[in-house]
Amino acid sequence: MDQITPKTTKEFKIVGTRPLRPDGIDKVTGKAMYGADLYAPNMLYGCLLRINEPHAFIESIDTSNAEQLSGVKSIVTFKDFIKINPDNKNNQILENCIANEKVLYDGHAVAAVAAVDLSTAKKALKLVKIKYKKLPFVITIEDAMKIGAPVVAIGKKNENIPDGYSDNVIQYCSFGHGNLEEGFKAAHKVIKRTFKTPSVHQGYIEPHACLASMSNDGKADLWCCTQGHFNVRSICSSIFKMDNSQLKVTASEIGGGFGGKTTVFIEPIALALSQKSGHPVKMVMSREDVFKATGPTVSSLVDVEVGMKKTGKITAARAIIRYEGGAFPNETYELGAQSAFAAYDLDAVKTEAFNVLTNRPTQAAYRAPGAPQSIYAVESVIDELCQFFNQDPLYVRILNAAKKGTKSSYGPTFDDIGLKATLEAAKNHPHYTSPLKENQGRGISCGFWFNFGGNTCVSLNINFDGTVGVVEGNPDIGGSRSSISQMAAEELGISLDKVKTVIADTNSLGHNDVTDGSRVTFSVGLATIKAAKAAKKELCKRASKLWGIDEDAVIWKDGYAHPAGANAGNQEPLSLEDIAKVSSQTGGPIAGHYEVNADGAGVSFGVHLVDIETDMETGHSKIIRYTVFQDAGKAIHPSYVEGQMQGGSVQGIGWALNEEYIYSSDGKLQNPGFLDYRIPVASDLPMIDPVILEIPNPGHPYGVRGVGETSIVPPLAAINNAVSRATGIRFTELPLSPPRVLKAILNKQ
Amino acid sequence: MVKVKIWGSLKNLADGSDYVSVTGSNFKEVIDNISLKYPGLKPQITRGVSLAVDGKIYKESWFTPINEDSEVVLMPYMQGG
Repeated sequence: MDQITPKTTKEFKIVGTRPLRPDGIDKVTGKAMYGADLYAPNMLYGCLLRINEPHAFIESIDTSNAEQLSGVKSIVTFKDFIKINPDNKNNQILENCIANEKVLYDGHAVAAVAAVDLSTAKKALKLVKIKYKKLPFVITIEDAMKIGAPVVAIGKKNENIPDGYSDNVIQYCSFGHGNLEEGFKAAHKVIKRTFKTPSVHQGYIEPHACLASMSNDGKADLWCCTQGHFNVRSICSSIFKMDNSQLKVTASEIGGGFGGKTTVFIEPIALALSQKSGHPVKMVMSREDVFKATGPTVSSLVDVEVGMKKTGKITAARAIIRYEGGAFPNETYELGAQSAFAAYDLDAVKTEAFNVLTNRPTQAAYRAPGAPQSIYAVESVIDELCQFFNQDPLYVRILNAAKKGTKSSYGPTFDDIGLKATLEAAKNHPHYTSPLKENQGRGISCGFWFNFGGNTCVSLNINFDGTVGVVEGNPDIGGSRSSISQMAAEELGISLDKVKTVIADTNSLGHNDVTDGSRVTFSVGLATIKAAKAAKKELCKRASKLWGIDEDAVIWKDGYAHPAGANAGNQEPLSLEDIAKVSSQTGGPIAGHYEVNADGAGVSFGVHLVDIETDMETGHSKIIRYTVFQDAGKAIHPSYVEGQMQGGSVQGIGWALNEEYIYSSDGKLQNPGFLDYRIPVASDLPMIDPVILEIPNPGHPYGVRGVGETSIVPPLAAINNAVSRATGIRFTELPLSPPRVLKAILNKQ
Repeated sequence: MVKVKIWGSLKNLADGSDYVSVTGSNFKEVIDNISLKYPGLKPQITRGVSLAVDGKIYKESWFTPINEDSEVVLMPYMQGG
């Protein structure tokens, strides 16, 4: 594990160290409270009735027999919810939680029961009588786009859809600049390929779970595992037409999210069951429910065309990307289209993207949504061109790399970015020149993600004993509590063990956006530093009172208030603890706050190198060596940054080699469980070697960029390129599972 | 006037040009004036847009100052995972 840190980086004492994780003991001893660990007096158990049809019109739902079953306390269907505008995004979220007029995918819920125990609730579900009429359905992108295809939902088309497609094609965008025709003419070789990626699931180990308690006076409490409890409040209060202040949402510990817990699936249902029964209601999804009814990624069908001179210079590039994300609109298609060629400095480039409705579960975000699919296709074609011209794939990427001043493929001109430094680090790493054996191939891919800021509130409280409590509002999915504490301690100049960071409920802090977009260390860190600065100002003010000097004559340095100079006096410096202990006598508690809608997160690039060995008799591909290079900005807690780089890589490896949603011809999901949907386990993998490049982000006081998403982008193409080079066969469809690879090997023979 | 680059699929909704020119000295004024001058773009702006100003992406900050010589790019509303 290496870190490459430019000499210009600010000197730190606590930031950049690797303290023990504050939640570690609780998590390994089982003390940490996850979504399913919460109980309330007189609590009921809720569960959902799901229909195993891909598309059906609901004719009637008869709950009368179920209601008669002893122990059943409430039953709800879509009709129990207040009618809201069908085009309201929150109505669409509700319709995904529980079907309105139509079942839109295999596993779509239609009714929910709350009973005194789970066994009774499940018995009651069997007594609910559903009459429905099966409808024609569409599962694949190709089928859904065709004129005459069964339409999943009418009236969803945006105003800019080109002619010639079915009504399932609802969203379209294009980006780019330059003259493609001239660019392709100038090339010595143009390669055009079509690529396919399957839906894959985020695969978080903790299923969705919540406990809701809603009273008839319109007040409610909700505990849930989520990446954004303020967002849960916004969605649920909109669905129930409640005031925000009347719904308190508390986030539990979270057992993984990766984007999949940025929306709701069961929370409105639990609230409705609670409201109707007058009891708290707990709901916990099964793994099958998670696969069938929570968001996997979009699947994709991508055409990529790239022109290159024999020198390796890219002359033109074009991509047409088609995503399907289930039965409702999404924004992933735009992000994928913008990301496709972001790593390259191109004179002529165009990306187009379509979003297509299908009868599959509604997509949810998954680390860098949309980017892994489009960049997989682009990086695979670039690698094939490198092979064609016998050019070094790293040299070609360095030659064409986006840099400061590059007009990006999605519009804006890049400022300082770290792609070239990342590529150079890969080139200079011993991995790149290490020898390969027979049936082994080396793959490389660039990756990109935007990173975001967003709404953030932090309250930093100086306790009377000189310790510090930081209150923030973003569930900790990647070690943020440690990083935030480190930044607070650094700014205040105190030791880390004096600081504790907690996640507040929605009634205890202002709005915080979801933990997504790789935003938390950047945004919450920025707000924490600003809150600490506000607290330091007040600490200096108190010291000035104690010394009887002007407030401006006090400065804060290394955890102490000092007289600013000889003219201010020669008083002994006062520590934070000294001032805190008498704060009651000098004006009351001391705190700092900061509220911001942060911008300036700074884009991030990564480069992955992988060596694969493919068994030519079985088609099985084994990862021999894997190295990740990423421009992370300042790494606050390098172990967590490395964990993000390793975790994203492993998820990408699963996507590339094994994971896929498999549908039968009747539109039903065939592998909703970890036995048949294989995610990588430790024994599948070598150590993923992370190399952090600390190129500071000028938009953050400590130089932080986001790191959580970029690392899932390059593995798909890096592995595709490695397997293609190992076997001598160019692959264009994921996953590269043994049957697919073996079939190609046998066809070649 | 501020010159705003729009993304390709919006061109047909805004006189077929890669750029629109509007008055405005901050995010909100520019976005509002695009909606007024180019009604075809209003549905997209209502769905959500970001602005990149001199390479930096702003999701919502209404009062972000914009100079006439700034590079301004209209972008879809950004979200992550």
